[in-house]
Amino acid sequence: MSDKLNFHYDVDGENFTSAGQASVSVKKNLRQLGVDAEIIRRISIAMYEGEINMVIHAGGGVADVEVDDTGVIIILSDKGPGIADVELAMQEGYSTAPDGVRSLGFGAGMGLPNMKRYTDEMIVDSVVGEGTTITMKVNF
Amino acid sequence: MTVNELLTVDGFEAVTVPDGDREMNGCYIGDLLSWVMGRAKADNAWITIMSNINIVAVASLADVACIILAEGVEVDSSVRETAEAKDVNILSTKLPAYETAVLLNKVIL
Ligand SMILES: Nc1ncnc2c1ncn2[C@@H]1O[C@H](COP(=O)(O)OP(=O)(O)OP(=O)(O)O)[C@@H](O)[C@H]1O
Ligand SMILES: [Mg+2]
Repeated sequence: MSDKLNFHYDVDGENFTSAGQASVSVKKNLRQLGVDAEIIRRISIAMYEGEINMVIHAGGGVADVEVDDTGVIIILSDKGPGIADVELAMQEGYSTAPDGVRSLGFGAGMGLPNMKRYTDEMIVDSVVGEGTTITMKVNF
Repeated sequence: MTVNELLTVDGFEAVTVPDGDREMNGCYIGDLLSWVMGRAKADNAWITIMSNINIVAVASLADVACIILAEGVEVDSSVRETAEAKDVNILSTKLPAYETAVLLNKVIL
């Protein structure tokens, strides 16, 4: 694979039942490229957590995924409320998820920690009132 | 043991099993989705009482061998259809989660 492959997704902030479609699509594409199953699993989970966060906390956003010889870069970008204290948000168990989504099994405060754990690099860039951009890299 | 083989054990029923040849290597019990994604391992059987549509995406992305709905929990037909389309196995049992895991431990090895 000498060329770069790019995928772009709009993540709908209204539709909870279809949340995860971008991640499922990325998983499928990586499989077709013959990427190692455990690496696909790490990328899929990290991206799904980020995708769900955009749906729950930010009213949707966009996802860009770039694949080359060295690995996968995922950029999740939203125009939601932003994260006031990123260090606090990164702690296991911290969550501001509303009751409605908690009853669906979200809101454990484990999403951002999972994204960190399953990726080789993760940068959270957030401005309150403007939005959040999260960049993750997983090396092959 | 494969998912199809587990279905021959008394107490387990198929909700939808599009990929029954998958091997299971253990299990994880949990209802909080991010815990499951953080802690379950690939090819685990995932025992849960969560029944909403999001369990299908979680099972697929976390690459578990199957979902086992404990306590006789049922899913909507839309969940079953999505699972079938996404190649996600769903089983059900009347047993509580702990008893399900104990039984799995007995038969899986
Ligand atoms: N894109 C985002 N925009 C605004 N706030 C966010 C965003 N992503 C995360 N947050 C904030 O960070 C907190 C922690 O996020 P994290 O994903 O770890 O937990 P959660 O989404 O609340 O629960 P879980 O991921 O376990 O279902 C959230 O509750 C929310 O306050
Ligand atoms: Mg989250």
